[in-house]
Parts: sequence; structure tokens; C-alpha cells
Amino acid sequence: MQQADIFVKRRNDRWIFFAVLAVLTVGSVIITRYDVLKGFTSIVKAFVWGISNFYPDIESMAKLPDILLKLRETVLMSIASTTIAAVFAILLSLAGSRTTRMSRFFSVMARGIASLFRNIPLVAWAMVLMLAFSQSPLTGYLALFFGSLGFLTRSFIETIDEVSHDAVEALEATGAGYFHVIFQAVLPSSLPQMISWLLFMIDTNIRDATLVGFLTGTGIGFSFDLYYKSMNFHAASLVVMLIVITIIIIETASNMIRRNIM
Amino acid sequence: MTPETSNPLLELKNVIKYYNRTTPALADISFSIMDGQFISIIGPSGSGKSTLLRCINRMIEVSSGEVCFDGVITSQLKKRDLRKLRTKIGMIFQHYNLVDRLTVIENVLHGRLGYKSTMAGVLGRYSQEEKMQAHRIINILGLHDQVYQRCDQLSGGQKQRVGIARALVQNPRMILCDEPISSLDPNSSKIIMDLLRSISREMGITFIVNLHQVNVALKYSDRIIGVNKGKLVLDGSPDQLTTERISDIYGSTAKDLMTDSEERYAAG
Repeated sequence: MQQADIFVKRRNDRWIFFAVLAVLTVGSVIITRYDVLKGFTSIVKAFVWGISNFYPDIESMAKLPDILLKLRETVLMSIASTTIAAVFAILLSLAGSRTTRMSRFFSVMARGIASLFRNIPLVAWAMVLMLAFSQSPLTGYLALFFGSLGFLTRSFIETIDEVSHDAVEALEATGAGYFHVIFQAVLPSSLPQMISWLLFMIDTNIRDATLVGFLTGTGIGFSFDLYYKSMNFHAASLVVMLIVITIIIIETASNMIRRNIM
Repeated sequence: MTPETSNPLLELKNVIKYYNRTTPALADISFSIMDGQFISIIGPSGSGKSTLLRCINRMIEVSSGEVCFDGVITSQLKKRDLRKLRTKIGMIFQHYNLVDRLTVIENVLHGRLGYKSTMAGVLGRYSQEEKMQAHRIINILGLHDQVYQRCDQLSGGQKQRVGIARALVQNPRMILCDEPISSLDPNSSKIIMDLLRSISREMGITFIVNLHQVNVALKYSDRIIGVNKGKLVLDGSPDQLTTERISDIYGSTAKDLMTDSEERYAAG
């Protein structure tokens, strides 16, 4: 009897879920007067337009050195902000992790900082920081830094708790001190996974830096914005292409590194 | 064996441990242990065996009562002295608790960290004698071919021997073993238990071993301590441990359980 009830309950739950979803979808379509059919047909139209206008031509190649310079700025900024964030994230995660924390108070503090930084979206960070630093590379740098710090701290805490708990117990039982445990057990066990998270973060940060550049008027995002608004679609498409190529290269490189260290 | 006049190496007096307010994990445990004994603690899962073991080297703090090791009351020790105490007590774990990505020799040398200054330990600087001692112990345990192998490439039995080597390199007076053979196959289990027993005899190290397998406890121990629901329900030599007493510890079905596991152990 009890068991049957569970199955009935599960089925009812599913029906309720789909009903709510349907109501929300239909409701929002009606309220926004979104034409579903037109939405799909314009995708085709956009595609056709893209093929006929959105490609780099010979003339846009003249802009290549300029664009590459901006691209370099963006890539280096992403890497710098991520690695610096990683250094701080290691310290915060050691304070926050259940395995390595010195006191419950600091642990709660570290976790709080991490989740605060992680839960504010990057674009919100950029906009808030723009008030303080106006449109400058520093704004983008700090926005990426804060976002990475939150995410990396969170991942590092999980890594430490997952991979080093047992070894930490053993070393503490031998009479090893706190720093012995950190350097002889925690870091050797967790570094490969931490580096993996770091590479992932660099990867996403290069993507996000493009978007942040729109807002802060720096880097490759600014180039795109500039060309697009001046209707130089060929140059704009060159920018997009270079971003895609860069991301593919970075991703391949980080996969290679990952394979070698794990 | 030991003359009655000598002081016990370890003495527990009315040890109580509460994790929550309602039921104690350890309820008023008292016993004392002489130097060089090989002691098994048996009892069902969740009976408090692991907690009891960890209260001895203060990996877990007791709620009340007293643990006295080699004449020192452990609960009063400050950080530095606690570290010094722990160097004299080795510990071996069910899941070996090695740093898997480091080599055998690095893991074994971790046993020396309790003696090191912060800087030397952080940098992993070990003296020539320490390295030689580590190599000697590794050879005794038959791991000479694996010295520079990473521990994640070893079998379970080999990993446990690395764990034993790490404990021995501490030059301990006593070694605590928390279910040392529960993750191993019967053959490796026998090798490990034989090793522990012979180490105890030859080096005069006191052993306290948490065991799941009653028959193993019977075969290897000088003395068996039974724990159930945090209470000490048995304390005596193996020949005092009748099937009735085992039933007291494990509940009524234990008799079948024991003969069953005995057959399996013998077959392995």
C-alpha cells in the first residue's frame, strides 16, 4: 500500500510539473506577444543575411594587426585575473574547507565570501565597478577577478575535502603540524584537480572577457562593438572568427595539460 | 608476562564520549594496557570501536574521563606536546590514508613529520639517517621494488604495508590499527595480520587493533576487548571468549556469522 502510494505520488508530481511549465510558457508568449512562427522563420533569414554579409573580406584584413593587439590584451587580462584569483582562492579554500580549516568562524567567513562573489553575475560586477573605475581595463580585470575568486574558492574547497581528507587524518595522527599537513598532503593531492579548474576558468574568462569588453570599452569586445556599430560587418566577422580560433587553441592546450598532469 | 609492579603503558579511566546529547558513543570505558601486548577490540559496526581508538591519540576529544599514556594525561596536553605524544603512537587505517599521488618512500617519510620543524617539514627535507631508516623498513616489509612507485599503482595489500611502514618510521611505542584488513582479500589479510603480530613480538611495540572478524581476533591477540553500544562488554584472553560471550557482543545471530566467516577465512 505504502509503495503504491509512492508511485502514484511520483506520477502526479510529473503531471503537475508539466502543467506548470506549459502554463508559464503559454502565459509568457501571450504577455510578450511573441510570434513563435516568426521567431523560427527569422532564424533562417538571419542565416542567409550572415552568409551574404558577415564574412571577412580582403579590406578587413587591413584591420588584422589592430584586432590581434586587442585580442592579446583580452587574453592576457583573462589569464592574469584568473591566476591572481587562484592564489587568493587557495588561501580562502584552505580557510573554508572542513578538512583544513583553523576555526569554524573563518570557515563560514570564507564560504560566505565565495558564495557572495560567485552569485553576483559578471556583468553586474562590471557595471558596479564601472561606477568606480569608469571604462578602463582595470574594470574588466577586477570584474573577472571577483567572479573567478568566488568560483575557484568554491571548487577548491570541494577538491580539498574530496581528495585529501583521509591523508590529512593520517598525517595529523603522526604528529605533523598544520603547515606540514598542508604542504605534504593537501597540496600534493589536490593540485592537479586545482590546475584543471584553473584552466577551465581561464577558458571561460576569455569568453566572458569579450562580453565584459563590450561594457568597459576595452579589448576585443570593444573592437567588435566598434566595427559592428560602424556597419563594418566584414571586420566584425573577422573579430568573431579570431575569438573562436583563440578559444579552440586555448581549449586544446588546456586539455593537453590536463591529460599530462592527471 | 609483565611484572605487576610496572605501570601500564596506556590507561583509560571512565572515558565518555557524546556526539549528540541523547546517546553516548562511549559510555564509561576503563581499561589499562601493559607494554608489548597485542590487543584486539571487537564489536559490531557503530559500536564505538573507531571512536575509542581515536580518543587514545586525541584525534577525537573525550567528553569526560581520562586517557593516560606512558604516565601523561593526554587531555591536558597543549598543541606542541600533543604532537610529541602522537609521534609515539602510530596509526594504521582501513583505507590506508596515503597520499596516492606521492611515491612509497615519500609516504613512508611522512611518519617523520612529527619530529620536524615547520620549515623542514614543509619543504620535505629529511636527514640521511631518516632516509636510511625508511629504506630499511621498506625492505623489511618487502616493498623494495616499489620504493619509487606512486601509491595509486599499488595493490591494497601493498598500500597497507606502506601504511605500516609510515607508522614504524615514527619509532612508536604503540600502534593503533583501525580495521586494518577490512578492505583486503583473505590472502592479503593474513599477510598483514602476520606482519603486525611479528612486528609486535620482535620490536616490542604495543598494538591495539580494531577488528570485525572475531576469528582473526582469536588467532592473533593476547587479549580481546569487546565493545557494544559504547559499553565495554568483554575484557579477557582469547580462551575466555566463548560463543556465548560473542553472542552477547554481536547479538543472537553472531554464532552463525562467526562460523561462516571462519570458513571463508580458512579457504582464503
